[in-house]
Amino acid sequence: MKRFAFSPWLILAALLVPFAIVSADALTGGVTKQPLNITAVIMFVIFVGATLGITYWASLRTRTASDFYTAGGGITGFQNGLAIAGDYMSAASFLGISGLVFASGYDGLIYSIGWLVGWPVIMFLIAEQLRNLGKFTFADVASYRFSQVPIRSMAAVSSLVVVAFYLIAQMVGAGKLIQLLFGLEYWMAVVIVGVLMMVYVIFGGMTATTWVQIIKAGLLLSGATFMALAALYHFGFSPEEMFKQATEHSAKGLAIMGPGTLIKDPINAISLGLALMFGTAGLPHILMRFFTVPNAKEARKSVFFATGFIGYFYILTFIIGFSAITLLAQHPEFFKDGALVDGIVKTPGGLLGGTNMVAIKLAEAVGGNLFLGFISAVAFATILAVVSGLTLAGASAISHDLYASAIARGRVNETTELKVGRYATFALGLVAIGLGIAFEQQNVAFMVGLAFAIAASANFPVLAASIFWKGMTTRGAFIGGFVGLITAVTMTIMTKAVWGETLGHTVADATGKMVPVGLIGLDNPAIVSIPVAFICIWLFSITDRSERAKIDRAAFAAQRVRCETGIGAEGAAGH
Amino acid sequence: MTIESVDAITRHPLYAELVSKRKRFGWLLTFLMMVFYYGFILMVAFKKEWLAQPLYEGAITTVGIPVGLAVIISAFALTGIYVYRANGEFDDLTKAIREDLQ
Repeated sequence: MKRFAFSPWLILAALLVPFAIVSADALTGGVTKQPLNITAVIMFVIFVGATLGITYWASLRTRTASDFYTAGGGITGFQNGLAIAGDYMSAASFLGISGLVFASGYDGLIYSIGWLVGWPVIMFLIAEQLRNLGKFTFADVASYRFSQVPIRSMAAVSSLVVVAFYLIAQMVGAGKLIQLLFGLEYWMAVVIVGVLMMVYVIFGGMTATTWVQIIKAGLLLSGATFMALAALYHFGFSPEEMFKQATEHSAKGLAIMGPGTLIKDPINAISLGLALMFGTAGLPHILMRFFTVPNAKEARKSVFFATGFIGYFYILTFIIGFSAITLLAQHPEFFKDGALVDGIVKTPGGLLGGTNMVAIKLAEAVGGNLFLGFISAVAFATILAVVSGLTLAGASAISHDLYASAIARGRVNETTELKVGRYATFALGLVAIGLGIAFEQQNVAFMVGLAFAIAASANFPVLAASIFWKGMTTRGAFIGGFVGLITAVTMTIMTKAVWGETLGHTVADATGKMVPVGLIGLDNPAIVSIPVAFICIWLFSITDRSERAKIDRAAFAAQRVRCETGIGAEGAAGH
Repeated sequence: MTIESVDAITRHPLYAELVSKRKRFGWLLTFLMMVFYYGFILMVAFKKEWLAQPLYEGAITTVGIPVGLAVIISAFALTGIYVYRANGEFDDLTKAIREDLQ
């Protein structure tokens, strides 16, 4: 362990070298890339220094597999609520939703609500059950009374697929964002994010990951709160005044105050809603967080605080986006030529750097260069917290589900499992860096939606049926889970976003112009793939006459007792 | 856990009460959340004008703003209601079952 403990400092030193190189390069840098933002870099280096210090402290406490996967199960409900919020509030939601509100007004609020409504569902159906039945990963729960090898393999594969798509989207977003904010090269940003996340997870495991997420959530929530208050100050803290001036400074006028074009048809809206609602309850990196608390009571509290923080955060992004319409309109230098005419925002996309820069530009407008640097550093920290959680979830699917349970069939000691977990983290980090660089020019916007769709169609149905339905058998869970996974992936490939916009299939429209086309009208497969998964679980379970099926059904009573009362679960997080 | 202790718990009258109460309450709240959210989405799809009307005479703020905020607050409130009942009633039942078995 000593060998591990000191190397973070060497890596920090290695990381500082690129900053020095870039500051020399920035004088001759291209026009699209921002000049090097010194304040942002200093604040980010402080953040990295603090988190590496915590990682060093955490590395001294990360001795067992339980420490590595769940921080020894000693996190409180409040801390875990903050960490969950830190795991879930990505840079894409902070910058993307405030940008959407800036461009489309009320539609941004509709969109953000979808990302919140999965949390109550986790609370009512999953959280305490998960805590009572599981140990390290959600596959512990999904496979509780079933044949271990097939169910764990299925859960691990779908976890890894979810993690991979989520991770690619985060890495590409990170590279582009940091290029814009810090004036770093794309590949350099991806490497820094990848290396830091490997250091956090390999040396500090879940303890370091949790504290990175808690610090990030604290910084993001306080930064966004300050920004929203500073913006509201300009309107005498009157929302009515903020809305009034926004309609006067937007070319769309009063139209931004009601639903616009976001929801074209209810079927697509409901399908996306289902993916978000039940996908949240199937995300491996989120579910894993429930094993870090000591009991069901703390698991409940975690969701309560997390829902509060996340809901509050979306209200802040709404205020930030709306106030930005008026406040950014005072700064012609923020816009391309013709985007801002007579103080009216004609084309929101004409904001320099695109609408994703709304929150960043507003930070500069209300808080000057110092606050701009702070928010940029927070955006970077946000990405780190999310990718660390994802990587840890992916690594535990490999070491705990695939290696220890499926390959070694449980005949493995903790030291070996821990070592495999660290190697898996290292390998995933390299893969994430590689894919991040490979996908630079690709459209990755659909990938987060796909990750939610797979989580909702493979992980969630198997998890819910294993907890609530006595009749599910190993065969039903295995086939249902894989059919859900395959249906979600196949149908996503057939959507317009992938088949048309990414793979380049086009068709002539009424005017003869070639436009991207999809094989199906749906934008998100959840409305089909979730029912398909449940039907397959049901069908292949009730027709299952095998000996294994009898064991599976007979084991339900004991599982239910532990699930409901927590009796027998106390030792789950022990050493 | 032994088969005997599983049987002892499942035969306990309070266990049946705990299981059925928690199940009913959990699904009821899930159903409410779905009604609030999908009700809101259907309103956005079919009652655009209703959401876009001014909140009061001469206001710029529309009815849709408090309605949207209410969906956000309802998500938080429902989790709060669940925690309140689970930490009280459900945990008391669990404790009673555990004590009887000792």
